[in-house]
Amino acid sequence: MEHSRVLRVVVPTLVGIAFLVVWEVLVRVKGVPEFVLPAPSRIWESLIANFGSLMFSLWITLRVTLSAFVLAVVGGVGLAILFSQSRLIEAALFPYAVVLQVTPVVSIAPLILIWVGYDHVEIALLIIAWIVAFFPILSNTTLGLRSADHNLRDLFRLYGASRWQVLSELLLPSATPYMLAGIKISGGLALIGAVVAEFVAGSGTSTGLAWRIIEAGNRLDIPKMFAALLLLSALGIITFFALTWAEHRLLRRWHESALKREN
Amino acid sequence: MPSSALIDLKDISKTYDSGTQALRSVSTSIAQGSFVSLLGPSGCGKSTLLRIIAGLVQPTAGTVSWPSTDGARPADIGFVFQDATLMPWASVFDNVYLPFKLRGQSVRDASPQIMDALARVGLAEFAKSFPRELSGGMKMRVSIARALVTRPPVLLMDEPFAALDEFTREKLDDDLLALWQAENWTVIFVTHSVYESVYLSERVLVMGARPGRILHDVLIDEPHPRTRAFRATAAYGQRCAEISDALRHDAGAM
Repeated sequence: MEHSRVLRVVVPTLVGIAFLVVWEVLVRVKGVPEFVLPAPSRIWESLIANFGSLMFSLWITLRVTLSAFVLAVVGGVGLAILFSQSRLIEAALFPYAVVLQVTPVVSIAPLILIWVGYDHVEIALLIIAWIVAFFPILSNTTLGLRSADHNLRDLFRLYGASRWQVLSELLLPSATPYMLAGIKISGGLALIGAVVAEFVAGSGTSTGLAWRIIEAGNRLDIPKMFAALLLLSALGIITFFALTWAEHRLLRRWHESALKREN
Repeated sequence: MPSSALIDLKDISKTYDSGTQALRSVSTSIAQGSFVSLLGPSGCGKSTLLRIIAGLVQPTAGTVSWPSTDGARPADIGFVFQDATLMPWASVFDNVYLPFKLRGQSVRDASPQIMDALARVGLAEFAKSFPRELSGGMKMRVSIARALVTRPPVLLMDEPFAALDEFTREKLDDDLLALWQAENWTVIFVTHSVYESVYLSERVLVMGARPGRILHDVLIDEPHPRTRAFRATAAYGQRCAEISDALRHDAGAM
């Protein structure tokens, strides 16, 4: 194995294993009560014991996260394209997109739940997660669409390119790296949004992982809390790597950020 | 050399919104098939004049007319910028395909012309490469291939080799001359290098700044093809000295 790979994969793995071993040993030797800090082995047991219900919850959270994420991409990119085509629309709407972003979503969440109704909780969760996730895509894509090389714009004009050609052949490809950076941030935020939404909804009608954590906490079932947390973490990590991989695939042939340097 | 006028500039003036007068009353005529340089210090409006000819900038006053096409600007104009101005996300082939693509011509129809243009700038085997894989000089060649692929009647070049090292620049100067001789182009070449303008052109329009205007219209009546040996001749040195003096005189008068 090459040196850099050892550094990037093996070293963090060893650190992780060492951490778990120290944790396990300390808990056992010191006799830490399970409701304060369960040993890793107990968390694993709990994960296996509750596998069915946790997987179901994982599916709920995943569904909300993915739907919110996809809608954030569609909405963010779509709105950014609209902004790039009309200064008037941008001037009219952008400030409100910012308002939506800077207002803490937790404080709007109860309102959304009331409006949507508790019989459609999943839609409420989706809306909350979407609000959290869509702004980075909107602002990054808007910036990207404005960043096209002005000489290339002139060249397109010289060749008599239509508005649509300028958008599809010049503005969108130029904006892709920006857009992907926004999408990567949004992937994580969609999950955070989904979790926050579940916490706020927290009535028991939603059964996602975040609700499992609250439920297990109320019952002082700390190992199960950790098990749910572990799954949430895994979901976040997988999302991050999937998006990083997609970004690399799309940009590797041309963009500076995806290039390997010799020196 | 055919001498009918390709472009007639009449009393071109340009004042920017900021109040800066970039050009004042520029009139000249560019002959079909000629190689003309616009030479002058920064801020003399030479790039602005080129952009006005291309139709990218509207003059505040004056007219640009194209006698050979009933006065209208031809649909096809080759333009080369100071930077190669390539699309980094597209291969060399796709970059050169751009002018055809924007006209709705299919890759299959355009392919022979694209490969021919790449061959003429010596990059046929780099068609599949991406711009980042090329050197500065090679990128510039791609840019030239893109400008000439549609066989436009005129090639406008805005300080195209200014950012390159001297060795590469001289090589590209020679290549450009060879291409110009082989085709029946008209080239308008903006530069701030006296030596480059004398080496390349049949005619040098020496421009002065604030406001931008044409000070001297110098004919370089040395035969083409010109080679490196031309740079060593007394005639070349004398031309360079004359034009340098003219430029210095203008700078002193400011």
